[in-house]
Amino acid sequence: MKTSKKIIYTIILSVLVLAFLFFLDVNKNQYGMAYTVLQKGIIMAVVAVSMNLVTGFTGLFSLGQAGFMAIGAYVTAIFLIPSESIGDVYYISGVSPVILNFKTWMDSLPSWIQAISPYIALLIGGLAGAFCAALIGIPVLRLKSDYLAIATLGFSEIVRAVISSPQMDTITNGSYGLKKIQGFTSLFQTFAVATVCISFMILLIRSTYGRAFKAIREDEIAAEAMGINLFKHKELSFVIGSFFSAVSGGMLAMFMRSIDSKTFSISLTYDILLIVVIGGIGSATGSILSALLVTVSKEWWLRFFDNPLYIGNFQVPLFRTGFRMVIFSIVLLIVVLFYQRGIMGRNEFSWDRIAENLLKIKKLLRRNPKEGGSKNV
Amino acid sequence: MSNCVLRVENATMQFGGVVAVDNLSLEVNHKEIVSLIGPNGAGKTTAFNIITGVYAPTNGAVYFKDQMITCNFPKGSMKKLYAGQNLGKYTTTMKKTPDQITKLGMARTFQNIRLFKELTAFENILIAKHMRSKANFLSASFCLNYKEEKKAREETMQLLEILGLLDVKDERADSLPYGQQRHLEIARALATNPELLLLDEPAAGMNPQETAELTAFIYDLRTKFNLTIFMIEHHMDLVMDISDRIYVLDFGKLIASGTPEEIQNNQRVIDAYLGVPEDGEE
Repeated sequence: MKTSKKIIYTIILSVLVLAFLFFLDVNKNQYGMAYTVLQKGIIMAVVAVSMNLVTGFTGLFSLGQAGFMAIGAYVTAIFLIPSESIGDVYYISGVSPVILNFKTWMDSLPSWIQAISPYIALLIGGLAGAFCAALIGIPVLRLKSDYLAIATLGFSEIVRAVISSPQMDTITNGSYGLKKIQGFTSLFQTFAVATVCISFMILLIRSTYGRAFKAIREDEIAAEAMGINLFKHKELSFVIGSFFSAVSGGMLAMFMRSIDSKTFSISLTYDILLIVVIGGIGSATGSILSALLVTVSKEWWLRFFDNPLYIGNFQVPLFRTGFRMVIFSIVLLIVVLFYQRGIMGRNEFSWDRIAENLLKIKKLLRRNPKEGGSKNV
Repeated sequence: MSNCVLRVENATMQFGGVVAVDNLSLEVNHKEIVSLIGPNGAGKTTAFNIITGVYAPTNGAVYFKDQMITCNFPKGSMKKLYAGQNLGKYTTTMKKTPDQITKLGMARTFQNIRLFKELTAFENILIAKHMRSKANFLSASFCLNYKEEKKAREETMQLLEILGLLDVKDERADSLPYGQQRHLEIARALATNPELLLLDEPAAGMNPQETAELTAFIYDLRTKFNLTIFMIEHHMDLVMDISDRIYVLDFGKLIASGTPEEIQNNQRVIDAYLGVPEDGEE
């Protein structure tokens, strides 16, 4: 396919997506479900791509995503709780003077800074996550495969435990969590931030550093013999991945408006891992696709299995709260059976591939059943 | 600067009680082709791993272009266990990592091909160019290093052409036939712009005709890329044809060194390869 054609198709696709988002934004009361689920989906897409960067492209099996998300979420949340409601949020154990002083300082800033404060908050949340990742990476990245997974899993649990500990009550509000977090007012802001994050990661993967990451994934010894400093590159990938995990944690806090330490339990990491595996380990676009699909089907499309279903007077058995998850698991099983390496494998989205697949389908449809049958025999 | 590219001094490698390489000293001069031969288990690959920085020797030093890259002496529990010679001759400890050594201009291939299997031939070579890239991750992501990138891609294409891999450049490395995988591995090593190329059994698994082609190919490489070549090999035809000098290892010890003719007529080498009728250990 020609490049010009590809560019035209890409523009058409982005316009369609933008139009769709605009439509949703205008009619958000009517399509409330789609509005919220898509936001959650795109936030999960950011963290899924960041996990894919570390696990799928660099080959570091890290399960610390929830921990980094928690760091990002709490930093962002503390930034974005309005100063007038801070007393309501910390009503049980009081608020640390540091945060109070910080809030008064923030209120004294010019209004244009306050207008972009959500972005600054996300950035600082991300940097906090990246800093923790850099520290923890020094000892942990010497480990290989499963051991690295256990160490990072432990780290994420430590983060959660520290956040919910009574000693942190005046900062993180302990196990009561934070509320009244100011979020983005429009769908576009969430999508814009997510697009910037994902685009950066994809650009990184396509750059010479991305190739070095892939080399480490394929064969560490050979990569080192090719002059790639293993530790430096592993640390880089880990820190960048954690940065974007933390940013997406901040976005999740802004989206949910209230967070507590249980939001960031191990099961969140497993949800992300699931998305990455379904999308294809080593495919960024696969992660985006599967983040949207998994979130949407889990939260929305399969909802009707949760409600009792009547056909005439007959109540269909099994349709009750929780049944949706059974169906979801079965769907996952089927997907994994048919796409053993995830939906996209290690391939990325490209118009060429779509054209190829369309041609295949065309051929299948065109083939005369008689002819096809006799030829096969 | 002397003519000597690689110098290994009294290198001893001991794993627990087993001495894999015992007091090995050798020199490789500029533009020479030098072979390291020996029966299975003689410690050839261990010697390679010492030179390329995969292992630190238990005792001894390695110099590359008159620059020390590795030096070590027995420490800790190894002090008591150490069974080699020259104890106390070396008192410093330093070890460059394999990637630093590659940056200095020493590239290697592996005995059991270690390509980046799921990447294409083109990417395999391009990865070797990463080390010379001056871009940081930000400038690389935003394509600010496009000039460098373009140059790297052009050089990669040139290498593919020279090595006759141009028509398979978009094939996955593990789908290539065995001979081409060997070629690709050498191409990848050459992409790091080395002065010294270490080949670990380049002809392993090749038939006589392919071996003959490889001989010509290695000669070619030396002139085209102005290389010094140090290799481990089992195929005697190849070794005798191509080498300027040969070192022979047996049970970790250097038993002979010299020109191919000298080695062919050396009784100890013949004994080591064919065995001696009675228990002929000294």
